[in-house]
Amino acid sequence: MRRAETEIAVIGGGPAGLSAAAVASSLGARVTLIDENLSLGGQLIKQTHMFFGSKIHYCGVRGIDIARILEDLVQKQEVETMLDATVVGLYENMILGILKSDRFWELQAKRIIVAAGAREKMLAFPNNDLPGVYGAGAVQTLMNVYGVRPGRKVLMVGSGNIGLIVSYQLLQAGVEVAAVVEAVPTIGGYLVHASKIRRYGVEILVSHSIVEAIGEDSVEGAIIAKLDDNWNFIPGTERTLDVDTICLAVGLAPLSEVLHQSGCELVYMPELGGWVAVHDENMGTTKKGIYVAGDSSGIEEACTAMLEGRIAGADAAGSLRPEAKSEADRVKREAKLELDSFRAGPFGEQARSGKKKLFTSWVQ
Amino acid sequence: MIEKTGIPTQEDLERISPCKDRFRKGGCAVLECFQEIPCDPCVDACPRGAIRIEGNINNIPVLDFDKCNGCGLCVSRCPGIAIFVVNWNYSEKEGLVMIPYEFLPLPKKGDIVDGLDRTGRKVCDARVVRVLNREAQDRTAIISLAVPKEYVMRVRNIRMRKSR
Repeated sequence: MRRAETEIAVIGGGPAGLSAAAVASSLGARVTLIDENLSLGGQLIKQTHMFFGSKIHYCGVRGIDIARILEDLVQKQEVETMLDATVVGLYENMILGILKSDRFWELQAKRIIVAAGAREKMLAFPNNDLPGVYGAGAVQTLMNVYGVRPGRKVLMVGSGNIGLIVSYQLLQAGVEVAAVVEAVPTIGGYLVHASKIRRYGVEILVSHSIVEAIGEDSVEGAIIAKLDDNWNFIPGTERTLDVDTICLAVGLAPLSEVLHQSGCELVYMPELGGWVAVHDENMGTTKKGIYVAGDSSGIEEACTAMLEGRIAGADAAGSLRPEAKSEADRVKREAKLELDSFRAGPFGEQARSGKKKLFTSWVQ
Repeated sequence: MIEKTGIPTQEDLERISPCKDRFRKGGCAVLECFQEIPCDPCVDACPRGAIRIEGNINNIPVLDFDKCNGCGLCVSRCPGIAIFVVNWNYSEKEGLVMIPYEFLPLPKKGDIVDGLDRTGRKVCDARVVRVLNREAQDRTAIISLAVPKEYVMRVRNIRMRKSR
């Protein structure tokens, strides 16, 4: 076992963690950034599409390039990075247990920022364990990180932004998309993403879902059908699609295990994707010195993750360095204004109401 | 309806189209952006200040057709791939459509391709008159297509033909 020390430990090198580390380090704190992957960037490294948002959120820049921008920032700030390193425990007195290349590390920190991201949700249907059934995020990784085509023809289940964007990227990779099915009566993601795949002839079937996957050793087809108002399949509406791949884009759940172990208070919030740590506007949890940011604090997207990361990083560094406090306060103020403006539209409503509930329950 | 299909309706399109007089005058952008989302790169993309988003970043952009000259600088800047330029006056019989295009291989000038509508159906032949793929466009090419005039508000995508 090896021991190390740092001031601020950041768990996760995605948009939230990179932003938190860069800000905290620029405010003078000694920062260690831990990520289980071989490279930094989190999910950004497969986001080949241009991002939304405004200039401050790197709008119009592709996710893959934002990963590079943030990584450069972190390297310039001389943040220590531990890659290929998995946080396996958060113990008393702010000690992290880390498994790096089969060696166990104990990292003593003064502040911990959990920016671990999310996991893909699964859907129950017969034969969902056949090879050829993937999470949409996994397919995106296969294609855009490793250059592997997942199949010949795909059924996409779910029309949120991930389902729509991955469908478009499948088309770009030369893979056919048989249809996108969506259980809800309206398209879940941005309509511009929907229109993009519609122009390539991909049908988006709302009030439809997958009945079952067909196949012996792998996916050879899928049966879909229409849903009534009570979410029951309407008999006689079944259609069999000739597909060899089924992609599930049915939502994400925050990764909050480490927070659970730390003893901070968690609540189940469907609008934020599942179990989330109760936190305040500065992203502090109910456990002093432990912060949360990005999808781990409730499912949203990369722009808000970066802003939350900035807030958490600034607050953590400001609490350690009195001389940096006024600058930290300025960073937090700006990021909070940006967050409010970003969440002000209809797509921000769930996060807006979910986060408000969290902030109020923290006060109580 | 668009929220169920991804296809804008005639009313949706009328709301964002220039008036007939302006339409016949020459090139102008068409912002096929129908939903409040947090996004504003189009505002900065226009050197003439023709695109505005009032108040919150989630509001829908509004194009001033009198200021727009159809230059197409906004086309590759829209993360939603939702801005097109149409020019009714391209030639006596043909109109021009500029579309953002992110697929490989890119077509070449002079190619005849299938002109597809907003559902991906072929509606006419389209002749590629220009392919722009400058560094500033960041890998979103702009394909200019000559199409029969009546199709300038319908053609929004292309399909390349196999034998070239």
